[in-house]
Amino acid sequence: MDGMVQAPARAGAAAVGIRGLRKDFGGPSVLQGIDLDIPAGQFLAVVGRSGCGKSTLLRLIAGLDRPSAGTLALQAGPERLAPEAAVRLMFQEPRLLPWSSIRGNVEVGLARDTPAALREARAQAALAEVGLADRAAEWPSVLSGGQKQRVALARALVSRPRLLVLDEPLGALDALTRIGMQALVEEVWRAEGFTAVLVTHDVGEAVALADRVILLERGRVAMDLAIDLPRPRRRGDAALAGFEARILERLLAGER
Amino acid sequence: MSGAVLPQAGLAAPAARRAGLAWRGLGRSALPWLLPALLLLAWQAGSMAGWIEEEVLPAPSAVLAAGWDLAQSGELLRNIEVSAWRALAGFAIGGGLGLGFGVLTGLSRLGERLLDSSVQMLRNIPHLALIPLVILWFGIDEAAKLFLVALGSFFPVYVNTMHGVRSVDPQLVEMGRAYGMDAPRLFRRIVLPGALPSIFVGLRYGLGIMWLTLIVAETIAANSGIGYMAMHAREFMLVDVVVFSILVYALLGKLADSLARLLERLCLSWNPAYRSA
Repeated sequence: MDGMVQAPARAGAAAVGIRGLRKDFGGPSVLQGIDLDIPAGQFLAVVGRSGCGKSTLLRLIAGLDRPSAGTLALQAGPERLAPEAAVRLMFQEPRLLPWSSIRGNVEVGLARDTPAALREARAQAALAEVGLADRAAEWPSVLSGGQKQRVALARALVSRPRLLVLDEPLGALDALTRIGMQALVEEVWRAEGFTAVLVTHDVGEAVALADRVILLERGRVAMDLAIDLPRPRRRGDAALAGFEARILERLLAGER
Repeated sequence: MSGAVLPQAGLAAPAARRAGLAWRGLGRSALPWLLPALLLLAWQAGSMAGWIEEEVLPAPSAVLAAGWDLAQSGELLRNIEVSAWRALAGFAIGGGLGLGFGVLTGLSRLGERLLDSSVQMLRNIPHLALIPLVILWFGIDEAAKLFLVALGSFFPVYVNTMHGVRSVDPQLVEMGRAYGMDAPRLFRRIVLPGALPSIFVGLRYGLGIMWLTLIVAETIAANSGIGYMAMHAREFMLVDVVVFSILVYALLGKLADSLARLLERLCLSWNPAYRSA
């Protein structure tokens, strides 16, 4: 049963340990002392209203910003990891280079010491994983929004990251494309066994994908909920809806 | 009898329509040339009829004949070589410096604060106003022409390069950083290609100014080159040679611009706005 709840962690998936994490941008703290442990291989979703600090937390985990106080450690077993090599990030926008072919864009994600002979094959394999193998030579401008995000996913996956961080990557997609992308993200997570941190506005998306949902409120963790439902989860499932209702209720309560 | 003719007419109709379409296609591509051709014809006719005096404007045929003579004597090619070398060398210096400084001020706030206001101040001096000073400094040496051409083509390349580097999408730069690109790679893969459309605008502006500057410089202070050829001919009242020299300038300018456009299309083929049909 447990195997159905959570894909087995790949050796090398990153565990994240966060202690007393604070971040301010010169003004009041956006994050007011976060303590959080993310076990290796977990799919964590972070929800919260705009301005609750969830994107800031994500940028700190990805190593894009430095914390004002507190510590953040990435670890695979006893091995300490550097964020540049271990973490890959998917942004809200695809952020593809319009002047590089689709394959060239995926190769951006490869580690720099990847031998030249391997680069193309690895990029091609990542594109196949997201179902765009036959578009490798084209320019990104010919793709639809959903296809661009799939290329961005391939770029994030091509270096086999130990931690994948997703900053509302599906927010701009239409409903159907979004459901397809959610299934794809879940599928590659189960296949590759990396740790995933997804920031989202959409509570439904969070409970459908994640092992665990945390709710941020004014820079603090206000709720920490394990979603112990088997996968694949069916949309509209009663248990799923129950979790969603609990989180939404807490979100709305925080507003009052 | 008429019954025998009709089917033939029926057969001829599609061919005629095809021919009509072909004509229309030809007409569309020839249309931009219609006005110049008419003007040329009117000019030739006016000269032949004696309405346009030869001392004012010789007939196109006379201009071509003068050009032919110049080409035969080797004088034309020699002067074109001299002018083209001046133009390209001056542009390479000015454009190269413009590119370098543009990238520097585009990338670094410090560079901008240090350099940009000085450059903008200099930019407001019409560079052709420096001709008397340049003659005092360099005489009518090659250096004078190179200096003026380099100075003239520096500013458009500089301004557009800086603007191009500045307007590179910061989200792409952040992506590059997050994906572990170091500074040289970031520049090569993101900043430079992102700035390229704007750099090409500067390049084409710079090429225009390059010819303009060279024409003025060669007309005022030179003892070789196309501008000199024209001024020399003026002294002997060879109007046909003067007009021919002007035509050569026009053709060289057009050629340089066409090459730049070709390069632009090749380098920016990723951009739907530049993709050739």
